[in-house]
Amino acid sequence: MSIISLIIKREFVAKVRNKSFIVMTFLSPLLFVAITGFIAYLSSMKPDTKLIAIHDESGLFVNEFIALNNKNSDYKYLDLSKVDIQFLKDSIVKENFEALLYVPKTVNNRELETKIQLVSNESPSISFIESTQGIIADKLTKNNLELAHLDTLAIKKAKAEVVFKLSKASGEESLRGLNEIKIGIGGAFGYLIMMFIIIYGNMVMRSVIEEKTNRIVEIIISSVKPFQLMMGKIIGTSLAGLLQFLIWAVIGLSLMFAASAFFGVNIGPTARVSPEMMHAAQQELTGTAQMYIKEIWNLPIASILIGFVVYFIGGYFLYSSFYAAIGAAVDNQTDSQQFLLPIIMPLMLSVYIGFFTVINNPHGTVALVFSMIPLTSPIVMLMRIPFGVPWWQIAISVSLLFGTFFGVVWFAAKIYRVGILMYGKKPSWGELYKWLKY
Amino acid sequence: MSSILEVNKVIKQYGDYVALNEVSLTVPKGSIYGLLGPNGAGKTSLIRIINQITMPDSGEVILDGEKLQPKHVQHIGYLPEERGLYSSMKVGEQCLYLAQMKGLSKAEAKKQLDYWFDRLGIQGWWNKKIQELSKGMAQKIQFVVCVLHKPKLLIFDEPFSGFDPVNANVIKDEILALKEDGATIIFSTHRMESVEELCDHIALIHKSNKLIEGKLIDVKRQFKTNSFQVGILSDNVEGLMFDITQKFKVGPANFKSLNDEIKLEIQIGNASPNELLHVLTQRGQVTHFVEKIPSVHDIFIQTVTD
Repeated sequence: MSIISLIIKREFVAKVRNKSFIVMTFLSPLLFVAITGFIAYLSSMKPDTKLIAIHDESGLFVNEFIALNNKNSDYKYLDLSKVDIQFLKDSIVKENFEALLYVPKTVNNRELETKIQLVSNESPSISFIESTQGIIADKLTKNNLELAHLDTLAIKKAKAEVVFKLSKASGEESLRGLNEIKIGIGGAFGYLIMMFIIIYGNMVMRSVIEEKTNRIVEIIISSVKPFQLMMGKIIGTSLAGLLQFLIWAVIGLSLMFAASAFFGVNIGPTARVSPEMMHAAQQELTGTAQMYIKEIWNLPIASILIGFVVYFIGGYFLYSSFYAAIGAAVDNQTDSQQFLLPIIMPLMLSVYIGFFTVINNPHGTVALVFSMIPLTSPIVMLMRIPFGVPWWQIAISVSLLFGTFFGVVWFAAKIYRVGILMYGKKPSWGELYKWLKY
Repeated sequence: MSSILEVNKVIKQYGDYVALNEVSLTVPKGSIYGLLGPNGAGKTSLIRIINQITMPDSGEVILDGEKLQPKHVQHIGYLPEERGLYSSMKVGEQCLYLAQMKGLSKAEAKKQLDYWFDRLGIQGWWNKKIQELSKGMAQKIQFVVCVLHKPKLLIFDEPFSGFDPVNANVIKDEILALKEDGATIIFSTHRMESVEELCDHIALIHKSNKLIEGKLIDVKRQFKTNSFQVGILSDNVEGLMFDITQKFKVGPANFKSLNDEIKLEIQIGNASPNELLHVLTQRGQVTHFVEKIPSVHDIFIQTVTD
């Protein structure tokens, strides 16, 4: 057996047999499911109905709100226009009102726009404020139209609503919301790469520090080249990581199925809807779902998967070489923080760029540039691929990534070679630079 | 005697610091070669170069007639001063792994391990983890790892540290047995009594330079002062002192004896010991007459402080 495969095997076995690996592997999916289930349970609980007092001196709006009492179960509106307003304001707390909506008497509607008050003890939710404002604005508009003797019905009829039918030049029909699916898929893979790099890069680093602190490294590199040891370590650890992800995928999926069965998560429409409507909705739902599924299949799935594997390998090796070099440079994990920051930053940056820039403009300059820079390309390019990226861009990005990877491995191996034999003090950036020249 | 290892004008620099300054050594086959020097002299740098852990900036190392190259790792066994093993790995697996790295097949490594575990009486340790062993026990494992692949050249850096006297003796006997089997041993230590006891050749490195090298006996000859330790029973001490101070340099001596004699250390320079004896026998009864041989300790201190 060649020496490097010997090292790979040892690293793999050491990682997999480790108690924390076993615990992590089997506990985290459980935790994940438990947390998801808990959140699902919490959000399925009906909140208490909140009482809203209405004191409407204009008499314009109160009926609009009272009418809502039949539909809306979160809020209950009480018409207290006859009660003295000062008394109402004073008794909000005592009477357990969530809020008091006070519409004063004004000369005209224009003045009313800014005079309405919402009094509450705790600041009410933004969605409540917005929906309440919306109701009042609608009613006020309608009232304005009536005062101007305009036919509100005619206006309502005349109001046009435009929905674009989206399609690509190649002729395929396209769906609204597909961008979200694309970014979702790209994002999921990109996020996976980032997680993997951070978790397993750290493992590589810890493993290097361990060999250094228990001094076995001197015996090992009297038998093998530091470069072989470093590569063996990176590859062996990544295999352990892949195994862990595989187990997670299997356990996670089966547990999710079990959990959704157990909690009986409502997927279908609620019971209050009439059977006919339900039927229609269902048909519409299945129709849309089918469209979506068709669209997903129309995505460049092969490119996405190949891209994932290529960028995964490139990105992980690139970053774990950095991690290995850092591990070699320091004596313990606390000392590593200073050097880790510049590594985490580009990772975070690429995820943010992916979620904020790529989704808005997948082929814009920012997205293009960051999908070329090797430190960010594994994540950013992967998020772009579902939107269709010209092959030459991918070619440039991949060659840049692997070119940098070899450069970084060379650089990391130098730091590693010197660092593993240096004990005692934490090196400065300047010293690391000096090591390159040894 | 042909040499197993030749170091030719090796220079190693770390930045501006010169760790080895044109150091040359010749280690004869079958010898136990003591590599001495104060802390920071450059011993570890040299040992690391021989182990190909680091490369010299210039100069070359010849192992058994060939320029040192990666395949030679299987002919060298190294016991570093800073001991270390994977603390959470089982003893047996660990030894197998390290032996395979030195080029042994798994079956061969297993065979050798059985032999050594049996020989050192540690058969029961196969499935223990290093962290369950005491320091001395771990040292034994480390020793086994170092000699397992039957290297031609063994490099021991402070091999006895951490051992109790009984186990130190066991290891000492093993080292001697390895020498009997034809291995050459480079032995780096600060314990001068072990050097006296085991080494037939020594080299002394100080401040990155080699100052002394050769057969131990030759080095001692080189450092002898032509002094004799003398014990004499005399009635006329004043006469005795008068006679000998006229001819020789005299100082007090200190050695163990049963009589209440006068103890002197006398430097005779170019004169013959017989002349001194002649003077002494005329003035009293000689009870002790021994040439003072410089100890490695003395040589070390004298060279390093000069």
